[in-house]
Amino acid sequence: MKDLMKKLTEAYGPSGNEEQIRDLIRGEVEPLADEVRVDTLGNLIAVKKGSGGGKRVMLAAHMDEIGLIISYVDKKGFLRAQPIGGVDLTTLVGGRVVFSDGAIGVIAPEDRQGYRKEADLSKLYIDVGATSYEEAKHRLGQATGFVRPFADLGQRVVAKAFDDRIGCVVLIEALRTLRDTPHEVSFVFSVQEEVGLRGARTGAYGLDPEIGIAVDITPAADMPEAPKLAMVLGDGPCIKVKDSGMLAHPGVKDLLIDTAEANQIPYQLEVLDRGSTDAAVIQLARSGVPAGCVSIACRYYHTPSEMVDVADVENAVQLLTALLEQPIEL
Amino acid sequence: MTEEATVLLEQLSNAFGPSGNEDDIRRLLARTLSDKVDSLEADALGNLTAFKAGSGPEPRLKVMIDAHTDEIGLMVTRIEKNGLLGFRAVGGIDDRLLLAKRVVVGSSRLPGVILAPPVHLAKAEQRKNVIKIDQLAIDIGASSEDEAKKLVNIGDYAAFDTRFQVLSTSGLRTVTGKAFDDRAGCAVAALLAEEDYPVDLYLSFSAQEEVGLRGARVAAYRIEPDVAFALEGTVCDDMPKKVDTSPTTQLGKGPAITVMDRSFIADRRLVQLLRDTAEANGVPYQIKQPGVGGTDAGAIHLAKTGVPSVAVAVPCRYIHAPVSLLSLEDFDRLVALMKAALRALPEYWKV
Amino acid sequence: MDTVPLLTSLSEAPGVSGYEHQVREIVKAEFGRYADRVWTDTLGNVIALGQGTAPEPRLSIMLATHMDEIGLIVSDMEGGFLHFQMVGGYDDRVLIGQEVVVHGRQDLPGIIGSRPPHVLPAAERDKPILYDKLLIDVGRSPEELPDLVRVGDLVTMKASAIELKGGLLAGKALDNRVSVAAVAVCLEELTRVRHPWDVYAVATVQEEVGLKGAITSAYGLQPDLGIAIDVTWAKQPGTQDEYTFDLGGGPIIGLGPNFHPKLQKGLEDTARSLEMDYHLEASPRVGGTDAVAIQISREGIPTALIGIPLRNMHTPVESVSVKDVERVGRLLAAFITGLDEDYLNSLVWDLGLGDDDD
Repeated sequence: MKDLMKKLTEAYGPSGNEEQIRDLIRGEVEPLADEVRVDTLGNLIAVKKGSGGGKRVMLAAHMDEIGLIISYVDKKGFLRAQPIGGVDLTTLVGGRVVFSDGAIGVIAPEDRQGYRKEADLSKLYIDVGATSYEEAKHRLGQATGFVRPFADLGQRVVAKAFDDRIGCVVLIEALRTLRDTPHEVSFVFSVQEEVGLRGARTGAYGLDPEIGIAVDITPAADMPEAPKLAMVLGDGPCIKVKDSGMLAHPGVKDLLIDTAEANQIPYQLEVLDRGSTDAAVIQLARSGVPAGCVSIACRYYHTPSEMVDVADVENAVQLLTALLEQPIEL
Repeated sequence: MTEEATVLLEQLSNAFGPSGNEDDIRRLLARTLSDKVDSLEADALGNLTAFKAGSGPEPRLKVMIDAHTDEIGLMVTRIEKNGLLGFRAVGGIDDRLLLAKRVVVGSSRLPGVILAPPVHLAKAEQRKNVIKIDQLAIDIGASSEDEAKKLVNIGDYAAFDTRFQVLSTSGLRTVTGKAFDDRAGCAVAALLAEEDYPVDLYLSFSAQEEVGLRGARVAAYRIEPDVAFALEGTVCDDMPKKVDTSPTTQLGKGPAITVMDRSFIADRRLVQLLRDTAEANGVPYQIKQPGVGGTDAGAIHLAKTGVPSVAVAVPCRYIHAPVSLLSLEDFDRLVALMKAALRALPEYWKV
Repeated sequence: MDTVPLLTSLSEAPGVSGYEHQVREIVKAEFGRYADRVWTDTLGNVIALGQGTAPEPRLSIMLATHMDEIGLIVSDMEGGFLHFQMVGGYDDRVLIGQEVVVHGRQDLPGIIGSRPPHVLPAAERDKPILYDKLLIDVGRSPEELPDLVRVGDLVTMKASAIELKGGLLAGKALDNRVSVAAVAVCLEELTRVRHPWDVYAVATVQEEVGLKGAITSAYGLQPDLGIAIDVTWAKQPGTQDEYTFDLGGGPIIGLGPNFHPKLQKGLEDTARSLEMDYHLEASPRVGGTDAVAIQISREGIPTALIGIPLRNMHTPVESVSVKDVERVGRLLAAFITGLDEDYLNSLVWDLGLGDDDD
């Protein structure tokens, strides 16, 4: 599974530019699913038909990552950027960005002393080593991801874009290990989550599921001076009660809790005051969908070095497959 | 650009239409289009949809062309004892633009002025502060609450009283007026109806964009287009600056194509269609600074199972101000670009 | 109907956004007394149908009144105390020193505690304490607590409804249980008259956290008209006149882009025909009530808003005039009774094309 984590997290895929990560994931799920398709906005949907008599289930993990979009090329060939998603401005200086063609750029501040006081994207620029405007002008409007190699720390692993490539890993592994299910399960690898949960919204409308579960990361609070939250690395997948965009359907929440307890899978309960997931818009599709979310506790989210616990990921896979292998009554 | 087209832009610009009160624009467009399209209808939000069947073979693509009819404006929210009217903004207005401006109020279009303190009597310290909207008032000339109540009601809308003007008839052919965001888009969309295309055209003159992209959202739900183009009058910040930063768009450089803004990410194929069409037809164009602003495409692209969308605009200096400025060169180029793009679309979309 | 007992039981029932089950039972029972059919949809909205007398297919009007209340949620446990977050929007300043009920394995009384002023430096007492620095104390030891309370448990304000002078009622969750009561009054009135249109009275969920019940119920019901009933601000010191209304001054009818002008005028006409005092609330901004969601459902729905003035909104001491509640109910019933088959035609925007149909 660590190889899959490495492969997916190192891939390029800022919101709206998910082709490369989609192709990678497609390669993983095509041999496992009964049907694979791509919808209008670019969501990748892998369907496991199931033996029948169950529910239409939608699982969602987003493929897109946060990044930057080049908003201006100045007279000397230096680039300016706007954020794609909630980029943490304190993590940028000295970082490297990568374009879809593999080119690399360095993020630099206009005023190194001044930038220490206040992080401000308009005071940063990207240097792609161009020697003139002509050389760089084609970069206007291109999207970049951040560059950072995957690191295996043993029980813990570090990478950029665990948000939400780790959710994609969980979905792929669940699809791989799922034996029999009475349900028709759509594994949706959604697009444009980071810029407003956009792919999941149209995806859910199209699928019209009877139950929806997103798999995403949630901030861990077990670091020095972390805000007071209940989620920590290593205590199991988090079953979401509430975040800033959604109250999980109590029936779905209880179903996840009961499944975890019945299968002796460790779990945590999650209450979060800032941030949301695809589940929030799945819940509002058409005349409403019972929706919930399984989260992987994650340190340093929205930085190029996100950290998760491997056991949490494995337990999340187990939790989902256990849930899918049983009938669902809410 | 024909005389007719300039007149249309002028009429649209001068017309009264803050969000939620777009009747005048709707009627003007309906009159203009009634003999050019196959049907006209208005829905619950006040969107006007003009449908024109294509002349190509079936099955034809359903193309939604969106332009919003509403402008930013004001709403009377209190009537003072002295007959002055307190007000709030409908849509986003920078408070600093309100001082000492002329407005028209209510269904009788009463002329009014927004009061401003005389420079002689304002202390030096006060002149350094922005006067917030809740401290401002409109004077229609009433000298008491009772008199004012005979003339206006709480909830009446007000708009800037700005008349369209031609500044130059050569070169950039600049004009000024209010509400080029998005009467310029409305004018372009209306002019498209003059010709025939191989696609089915749904010209959606959407209401209430400025208060949350509300009209476009329900229009797209109903129309279920295959693709959508949002036509706008967009930010043009090309005044001289001390540092080398983006002007967002520039006057005279042609229609501005949105690749990404705060409300949506454009479908790359439609961006390419516009670029290729512009190049093939010798139309200059520009890429709008990515990451800035939002348009009806933000609502349209998320309708039902998703709609591939793009936005393209006429650069306008001073949008969301009482008077804006645009170049008729840019305007004409957008019309030409859209006409050519609509003709090229079926082949393009097949590939 | 004697509205005070209904208002009291609605106010005191727990029903925080997303967890409305207790108040839902009361609403189902109450609406069920007057409706032809009552059911609950996927997200937990209560829908009560008062069938119309016109031949099918009948036009329908949806009344939306949210039944959820704002509350708190346990977010972490530390040393026998509970950290919490908000569900919906409180002013942080009203939280300190409140008595609460923690809905854990059992209902536990608690206090949102503060350090005593005796030990605080004067400067600190001048600053409000924000919610993330407050703790709930249920008076249990750290060892006992995990058996009784979990992360994710909901917390409501402890507040019994009380009658003040002047026909006022004070309590928690009057935003928006007063409107639920008003709709019950309306439904009761409708049982005494013939009305051509179908009426869907919907007690929506999760309004306080994003109008969610309204979004999904409007989609499911596809009504031809929608009226949201919610509370609005009453006059009190520290508020601006243009946003506030007198308690007991009658229903407040919304005007602005969110509301169809002809529908708004129709409600005004009805109020005048009842010789009922009412006021208009000018809303240049679009936001804040279920009406926002209903208007843009599917292909768009002509929508209106009726407001009940309320003091101290989003606190446990919200106050309303009971007469206003009853008036809103009667206004709604009278308006609905007047809806006929032609009503929708009267709402069509005039394109000024003379005798052209479209």
